[in-house]
Amino acid sequence: MRSQFQYSKKVLKHFRNPHNLGKIKDPSGVGEVGNMACGDVMKLYIKVKNGVIVDVKFETYGCAAAIATSSVITDLVKGKTIDEAIKMTNKEIIDSLDGLPPIKIHCSLLSVDALNEAIYDYLEKERKEIPKEVQERHKRIKTLEH
Amino acid sequence: MKKREVYLDYAATTPVDPKVVKAMEPYWGKFIGNTMSLHSQGQKASAAVEKAREIIAKFIGAETEEIVFTGSATESNNLALKGVAEANPLKKKILISSVEHDCVVESAKWLAGKGYEIKEIPVNREGLIGFEWFLGELSEEILLVSVIHGNNEVGTIQDIGRIGNVCREKGVLFHTDASQSFGKVPIDVKEMKIDLLTVSSHKIYGPKGAAVLFVRNGVAIKPILHGGGHEGGLRSSTVNVPAIVGMGKAVEIAEKSKTENLKIRKLRDKLIKGILESVEDCWLNGDINNRLSNNVNISFARVEGEGLLLELDRRGISSSTGSACSSRSLEPSHVLLAMGLTAPEAHGSIRFSLGRRTTEAEINYVLKVVPEVVKKLRKISPFKK
Repeated sequence: MRSQFQYSKKVLKHFRNPHNLGKIKDPSGVGEVGNMACGDVMKLYIKVKNGVIVDVKFETYGCAAAIATSSVITDLVKGKTIDEAIKMTNKEIIDSLDGLPPIKIHCSLLSVDALNEAIYDYLEKERKEIPKEVQERHKRIKTLEH
Repeated sequence: MKKREVYLDYAATTPVDPKVVKAMEPYWGKFIGNTMSLHSQGQKASAAVEKAREIIAKFIGAETEEIVFTGSATESNNLALKGVAEANPLKKKILISSVEHDCVVESAKWLAGKGYEIKEIPVNREGLIGFEWFLGELSEEILLVSVIHGNNEVGTIQDIGRIGNVCREKGVLFHTDASQSFGKVPIDVKEMKIDLLTVSSHKIYGPKGAAVLFVRNGVAIKPILHGGGHEGGLRSSTVNVPAIVGMGKAVEIAEKSKTENLKIRKLRDKLIKGILESVEDCWLNGDINNRLSNNVNISFARVEGEGLLLELDRRGISSSTGSACSSRSLEPSHVLLAMGLTAPEAHGSIRFSLGRRTTEAEINYVLKVVPEVVKKLRKISPFKK
């Protein structure tokens, strides 16, 4: 049995060899969340074509859980429509990593927030209608950061 | 290929020396008596404990009756602070340094909850206490000053002789947690005017489960554990004979291996110099001169310590970090923050602590690995140079 402070094999796998690492040169949207003081900063880049997220990349400063959740969310989001991506929850991320230690749950929220911010950025730039839930999350994230 | 194992976390705990294991062996199944029993088995156990007490007393220049065996350094520190407070109800002020181990910090907090005024002595960037501030605060009203001797995180060694002297002049009790320094830095409790001193067995190649609180004759202190009145009434609990015998043996070995620290210090310096030269944007935490012979603590900019620790671990290297992410409180190291590091600077810190078995080949291996893993993690990070 894992102790409550240990990482699953999947977390370690993603941490060691993160998927979709890096930047997108001409992204449709970028989301950056977290802050240096807390020790987690996530930057998520998305490329959208015809309403579908065709490419996604990330850069993260943070612990293994922060890096693993960033990596796994890029896997989960690629190929999804914006509407589908908006509905993603941190539970999906935690489940696809075979769980996270309780004190690391906030890392999974951070990656969902980063995705929300990237989508918000994309919709805003495209002057598209921003769904209410995305707007509300955006507001919460902005107030949280300071 | 067999995975290389490089243990560089001796400050967390040390392997038990085989000679210590051998010394303990008869006390598991052969000499099994309870030290409080009057029969000869009990007397044998008691004699073994007294022998250990003599070895340790001699090592720090104390009297045997001044050595109290406890179960851990945490317990010794709890007993020092709470026991002295309990026995001296007229004074309600305590000074601790801002770089104490959690067990001193938490004991002090507990006392604060009971109405004590706790003040923290600030430290400089190297982790040395601010003497001017300290002397300004020190007065007859202070009950106790507790300052860690060798810092567990950054290795900075405080001038405890000087602290002891000024405390004695003012009639203030002085406690020092010497868990990390014991066996590495010479300690003479009389010369340094120390009233209470904490020592741990498992940091000096002895077993876990034994520790000491030196209590100078004449210091008023009350127990925190009540019962059969073991250890002069200060620590009721069946005496852990095998562990104490082992601790005695570990101290005996430490006394005989004084050149060992010089060897470790050389390797430490090689590791520090090698990392600082091969990795850009990193720096040493703690004082370079007043430093434990086995401590290396380095912060790497733009890297988070937990990731670094796990990447090193994957390559067989055991280390430790002051990063918030690795701590159970999600707070960065209070020691590094007290020294004036920013939170991100503290997040990027790694501690390597060397020991008796550390070899030059191991240090060379670490020097090869560290630049690689720092580079890898910096690639993941959104913060570029």
